[in-house]
Amino acid sequence: MVDDQSPKQRLRLWFARGRELRYVSHLDMARAWERSFRRAGLPVAYSRGFNPRPRFQIAAALPVGVTGRRELIDVWLDSPLTPQDLLDRLRPVLPRGLDALDVQQVDLRAPSLQSQMRAASYLVAVNSREPVAAIQTRIESLLDAPVIMRQRHHKGKMQSYDLRPLVQSVEVKPRGDEERVLSMRLQASPQGAGRPDEVLDVLGLSTVPHSIERTNLYFEFDK
Amino acid sequence: MRDELLDRILPTVSKPARYTGGEWNSITKDWDACDVRWALAFPDTYEIGMSNLGVAILYDQLNGQEGILAERVYAPWIDMEDAMRAAGVPLFTLESRQAVAKFDIIGFSLPYEQLYTNLLNMLDLAGLPVLAAERDERHPLVIAGGGAVFNPEPLADFVDAFALGDGEEMVLDISHAIRQAKQQRDRREAVLRRLAAIDGVYVPRFYQVTYGQDGTIASVQPTVDEARMPVRKRLVPTLPPPISRPLVPFLDTVHNRAVVEIQRGCTRGCRFCHAGMVYRPMRERPVDQVLEAVDAIVANAGFEEIALLSLSASDYSQIETLVGELVSRYGDRHLSISLPSLRIESVSVDLMEQLQSTGRRTSFTFAPEAATERLRAVINKPIADQDLLDVAEEIYGRGWKTIKLYFMIGHPTQGLEDVAAIVELSKQVRAVGRRLLGRKAQVNVGVSTLVPKPHTPFQWLPLATEDEVKEQQDYLKEHLRGPGLKLNWNNYQETLLEAALSRGDRRLGAVIQRAWQLGARFDGWSDQFKVEAWRQAFRETGLELGFYVRRLRPVEEVFPWDHLDAGVSKRFLIRDYEAALQGETRPDCREQCYACGILTAFRTERADLEEDAWGCPPLRAGSRSKETVAHGG
Repeated sequence: MVDDQSPKQRLRLWFARGRELRYVSHLDMARAWERSFRRAGLPVAYSRGFNPRPRFQIAAALPVGVTGRRELIDVWLDSPLTPQDLLDRLRPVLPRGLDALDVQQVDLRAPSLQSQMRAASYLVAVNSREPVAAIQTRIESLLDAPVIMRQRHHKGKMQSYDLRPLVQSVEVKPRGDEERVLSMRLQASPQGAGRPDEVLDVLGLSTVPHSIERTNLYFEFDK
Repeated sequence: MRDELLDRILPTVSKPARYTGGEWNSITKDWDACDVRWALAFPDTYEIGMSNLGVAILYDQLNGQEGILAERVYAPWIDMEDAMRAAGVPLFTLESRQAVAKFDIIGFSLPYEQLYTNLLNMLDLAGLPVLAAERDERHPLVIAGGGAVFNPEPLADFVDAFALGDGEEMVLDISHAIRQAKQQRDRREAVLRRLAAIDGVYVPRFYQVTYGQDGTIASVQPTVDEARMPVRKRLVPTLPPPISRPLVPFLDTVHNRAVVEIQRGCTRGCRFCHAGMVYRPMRERPVDQVLEAVDAIVANAGFEEIALLSLSASDYSQIETLVGELVSRYGDRHLSISLPSLRIESVSVDLMEQLQSTGRRTSFTFAPEAATERLRAVINKPIADQDLLDVAEEIYGRGWKTIKLYFMIGHPTQGLEDVAAIVELSKQVRAVGRRLLGRKAQVNVGVSTLVPKPHTPFQWLPLATEDEVKEQQDYLKEHLRGPGLKLNWNNYQETLLEAALSRGDRRLGAVIQRAWQLGARFDGWSDQFKVEAWRQAFRETGLELGFYVRRLRPVEEVFPWDHLDAGVSKRFLIRDYEAALQGETRPDCREQCYACGILTAFRTERADLEEDAWGCPPLRAGSRSKETVAHGG
């Protein structure tokens, strides 16, 4: 049976979240997107039922305090738009700190972004004059460790987990005298996601002032 | 403000987005291109302050003017305050992150009394002396407006000037005066004299208050030529178009929605209701203007919900036309439209049904305020029990599962039988729900305690005692329970503070300051309210709490707010108070004029308007003379 109420199109939007919005929580970001879509007058599809919700999916929550250089959101529409139309309508109504980068049309039945996600890369700038070699030594022992057991909150309970398999790579470089920049690639998949602040903590750097940027997300379909 | 410093603090506090601004439709004007700079301050959290319509109106109005800028600041939550004090970060605005102390004017919005200690705390966080007498022309002027300032006396020590009534035009006059004062390099005294000359502005230091043996006020005397006696509130005779570019918060605020004020003022005359007395006369916005604003807001803001604001939405003369048109425009566009203040009548159910034709039927709220017809006559909110039950029948019958009912205890002439009637009536409503919906039917009952407010016919009454309230609350807790019933009530100590501050005099300033020094702030938050700080503050200052809350005040007593004129005459309030004690009602004053005084007070403003602009009935020769007499010329 053809359902003429089902969405007509699914568009995939790459976006950046800047410093202005880094303290906005994931839930509040979702609301900011919904309101931006409304201001843009986009024909966003809604779920059925008692409490219809606009249909869009953000690939991965950005933690509070973290900026994002290349994030992803899928949005379902009731009537088709060209990718350029979407950009043209959206760009003028996005709040400062949210930038629409580019758009692609994807198959309506493609699997969800979350299920396709595999990894994320981060740049962490640490205010530190510590010799790079000293940090490098700690990175090596982190990477050499067979297991790194950590505790984290999950649904109100403390849970222990192994951080080590979630860390794919970590590197450090100096940036001038006063900053050290760590670049890391962490697993981010339905099986588990590594958090950059956890890596920083293991490296003994979590109490030093720092800023975290997520530079990219990696998906099954990238291959 | 140094961003790096803030970046160090913000990750350590709860909800850091409270302090970073950048909301859609926020406005950051060029600091150097403006010579009058307002910091609009709301002394409660961001989530509450962002839901305040007064701040939104003034923000829009001031930023629309050339050479004037207005930025926002809210009370930092406890954790942020600690972090700011520890790092030496002064109070700053969201837009430009300038220190509040650098602005020309700090304009506080004060809708209720529990914000007073936060006002002091914000001045202190800004690095300013909290006492007005210790500030001079090097400091910003501190101005306050909003519903609570119709009795501003408890804040007279801290605030330089109060703005009484509608702010839209008054803030422009104040801005103009400040511009001139800056050009003339006025000393503080001269600036304040300029302000005192503006309609609606009250500068407390220019009035000398003396007290009699019994502690009540003996006299209030103006001390400079500019100080009027009385100071009449400012009135906008015709409401300007509503704001169409509202701020869109990222955080989930208390009322996370757009608001269109369809009506200001109310004609029902409920005797306990402060807003109903001080916001007279009733002024409506035309339907076309409301629709235009809704269209603009939908396009400019993107909110999922719009509330049509009014003290009594059912009384908006074209409510059915308006709702019908909104439903036809937006019914299939996933926009919910809410009417927060509906009267208990079946037409309300029809309106809600239209508005909620799609989506979930949540709950229906009514405020009978008293549970017997006799007592509702005393408070002038006449509704028959049967009408309430009939409306409940309609509500449950059309699929709503929950009815919320609001009552008050402590009304004048109230007996225990009136309290017992709250239980009876709530259970009758539940019975209707059970018959129609079975066990799904729910009745939520909120019971607060009457706080007699200034400028109302109940301003002479004592607050009910703790023992009385406890007895009545205990009775309700014992009897108003069972499946499908839920009871909420207020903490008496919080009610007590509200009661003392709302009818207090200048001497209470010392108590407020001491309580603040002892750690009182966020007094409207039950989890923050420090009753011991207030008790100690009263003890140390030697003032009697009972004097402010417990006395049945004689009608001839001079009140601390008598020299401030909300437009409703004291003579009318006395007549209405007497009528209350006789159980005499005065229904909708659009039907019949009860000579409250508003037309006399604002006859100049009315002269240029259509006869029916304020909903008042046409004046007959007799009623005009009556009203004139009522004011004694």
